[in-house]
Amino acid sequence: MYHFSSLVKTLSNSTKTNEKLEALSYYFATADEKDKPWVLALFSGRRPKRVVSSTQLKTWCMQKTGLSEWLFEECYHTVGDLAETIALLLPEPERKAAAQPLHYWLEQLLQLTTAEESVKQSFILQSWEELPNSERLVFNKLITGGFRIGVSQSMMVNALAKTYQIAPATLSHMISGNWAPQTTLLSDLLSTENTQTDNSKPYPFYLAYALDNGPESLVSPEEWNAEWKWDGIRGQLIKRNEEMFAWSRGEELITDKFPEFTPLLPLLPNGTVIDGEILSFDREQNRPLPFQSLQTRIGRKNVTKKQLQEAPVSMLCYDLLEWQGEDIRPLPLRERRQLLVQLVEQVNHPALRLSPSINFDNWDQLTALRLQARDNGSEGLMLKRIASPYQVGRKRGDWWKWKVDPLVIDAVMIYAQKGHGRRSNLYTDYTFAVRDGGQLVPFTKAYSGLTDKEIAQVDNWIKRNSLEKFGPVRTVKPELVFEVAFEGIAASGRHKSGIALRFPRINRWRQDKKADEINTLDDLREILKQYG
Amino acid sequence: MNLLQFTDRGIYCPAGDFYIDPWKPVDRAVITHAHSDHARWGNKHYLCHTDSVPLLQLRLGQDISVQGIKYREPLLINGVSVSLYPAGHMIGSAQVKITHEGQSWVVSGDYKTENDGISGEFEPVKCHTFITESTFGLPIYTWKPQVQIFSDIREWIQSNRQAGKNSVLLAYSLGKAQRLLYNLKDHVSKFMVHGAIYNAQEVLQQQHWPLPAVERITPDTPKSAYTDSVIIAPPSAAGSTWMRRFNPYALGVCSGWMQVRGNMRRSNADAGFAISDHADWPGLLDAVKATGAERVFVTHGFSSTFARYLQEQGLEAGEVKTEFGQEEEEKEVTTET
Repeated sequence: MYHFSSLVKTLSNSTKTNEKLEALSYYFATADEKDKPWVLALFSGRRPKRVVSSTQLKTWCMQKTGLSEWLFEECYHTVGDLAETIALLLPEPERKAAAQPLHYWLEQLLQLTTAEESVKQSFILQSWEELPNSERLVFNKLITGGFRIGVSQSMMVNALAKTYQIAPATLSHMISGNWAPQTTLLSDLLSTENTQTDNSKPYPFYLAYALDNGPESLVSPEEWNAEWKWDGIRGQLIKRNEEMFAWSRGEELITDKFPEFTPLLPLLPNGTVIDGEILSFDREQNRPLPFQSLQTRIGRKNVTKKQLQEAPVSMLCYDLLEWQGEDIRPLPLRERRQLLVQLVEQVNHPALRLSPSINFDNWDQLTALRLQARDNGSEGLMLKRIASPYQVGRKRGDWWKWKVDPLVIDAVMIYAQKGHGRRSNLYTDYTFAVRDGGQLVPFTKAYSGLTDKEIAQVDNWIKRNSLEKFGPVRTVKPELVFEVAFEGIAASGRHKSGIALRFPRINRWRQDKKADEINTLDDLREILKQYG
Repeated sequence: MNLLQFTDRGIYCPAGDFYIDPWKPVDRAVITHAHSDHARWGNKHYLCHTDSVPLLQLRLGQDISVQGIKYREPLLINGVSVSLYPAGHMIGSAQVKITHEGQSWVVSGDYKTENDGISGEFEPVKCHTFITESTFGLPIYTWKPQVQIFSDIREWIQSNRQAGKNSVLLAYSLGKAQRLLYNLKDHVSKFMVHGAIYNAQEVLQQQHWPLPAVERITPDTPKSAYTDSVIIAPPSAAGSTWMRRFNPYALGVCSGWMQVRGNMRRSNADAGFAISDHADWPGLLDAVKATGAERVFVTHGFSSTFARYLQEQGLEAGEVKTEFGQEEEEKEVTTET
């Protein structure tokens, strides 16, 4: 595992994309064949299921070090990463064992899946006692996942493309879909046959950049197709060889989570791949339900009858990628869209709907329509060039998202907690309150939106103005006012304020405002009434 | 009445009418070491270790009224005995022992228990009450021996050289910089330093400290001068345009905070070396234990955590809010880019 942990170290220390790319590419050119698919899996969200829980790791580390739980927790909240906390706390290795490659450790861990707790414990403790300091962090990370070292999917693709001399777009497709690192070699994945034999294989998604300026920069309105931008789960629906698969953008196979699509199996022709948005849909009102109702479906394995009745999902179709077994991504959107419209009409089932095109003659008209986005239950507009092929990954030029401006509210910070990853040991996670008569009512947390410099200032302020400490949380004097932005709002029985926000984040620090000038709970309720 | 009290001006000894490291101006200040959060401007009279005298004068002006004493040589102030013991934090750093009417207190100032070769060897002092810092008072902060860290630094310098890059080490100008110079002097042929480090160096060389020669970086320094040298600059230089002259270069941050990856990544450095002039967790525990104190007050750092841990070990321990901990090393590295 030495090579892999050096790679992780290089990647996490480097601040330059090129250096990272170089390191990855070099790794793929030189690593053990059996290690390679694992590295690809680990860095592209294909991590194996966890076999040991965080609580177990924590408990065994406490046993090994003799630390009490509160002190362990203090350490964890300062480091902001469990795997790293444990690696820092463990005593020096007791003995030296023979070095093993990465795949050995991952296979060992997989074998623990069904093992008894005592077997897991002795394996973990033994590994901790034998692994050199530099490899313990990586070992722990193999269990807890999430390396947080700034390696994106596209960086992986580019590194592999460089090593294997395959075009990134092709490669991206080759490594997608249903494969397991313990049974697949990278060379198998990167052979053309594989792409044809795997029925479930999705295409890499085409993603849009945000349109920063108005649409005038896109020049001729007649060259563009406008659609609403829906806020659900971006997905692909695939039917090949009498089998159907649904994939999320995170390359998770989600067919079983959405039985609503089952009736489509006999209706869709073989060799069809649709790109769209999975949304809970109010079939009577003909509009999407708030995202929260979809959220209840995401984490669950089994869907309840009640959920199927109250929040059934539909696929709002954006695009057609494969038709009659043929990859039609190179065709212009105009033609793909035509085929898609016919297909949706022909299938004629409420689980499959077309994401409608918006008629407009000029940009002013569209600009005005955009303001209605929230009323339709959408989060803005998508603009796609009619002549555009379906590309791979996030690309500028042909597709743009033009979201509505977020909703905002001024609130005061009342609690603070230390952050994770790059923000370890800094107070970066804040809870905000609005005023309700003489009281402050917490209504949301927000983590991002401040610059590093502002974070340093706020962190310093918190350290000097905290009132009480509850575990990792500090209560602070309600003085600092922030503008909190969010994309949506819904009523919630689980929150004290009675509301839940979608994508809350800090828009800016209102140093010009005092705590008595913040918004009230009534203001929030008003927004709920309007947009909830 | 307690021999020492915590007041809004600083740690005060009523019986002797003097303060230790006060943060507001007073008549008589006993100073543990020359860092700016401990040795502040505006006091009428300063008392410190003899090695600290020139450093205090460098920082606070030649005209201050300052008296230097040696380690372990008690001085009576209004009938209260004051003596200094090595703290191992930086050149001239001292713990202050105060004894009066059978009671003894020790104020640690900042300290580290590992001997770095140039800052003096920390000496535990028996006392009834110990006032300790806690900058790195969590068990995640357990330092590697400095021999190992310096070997890592040398390796890093070597690999930068092979890659055709200059090596720039960020280290606090008073304390850490000298520690680096002293420990790297046999392996590096030339040191190029920032003006702040150069100023301290001049003073220390007049006092005959065994430090290597350094060259000051000026606007006129030719680019060729950096070849095969090691560059040392204070942390504040990071991200500034001043750094451009070293291109191409690799940046290494020398600070205890580099122990945690998140801090390391935030600093936008190419390498982080967890080397600190503060005691690590085992160091703090050993120091407290060695004093034999029944009562411990914990100042700047992870004070509430460390105090609670000591309480669990059966000691009477409490957290004290001070205005220490503003020195570069004690603050988190929050480099702006």
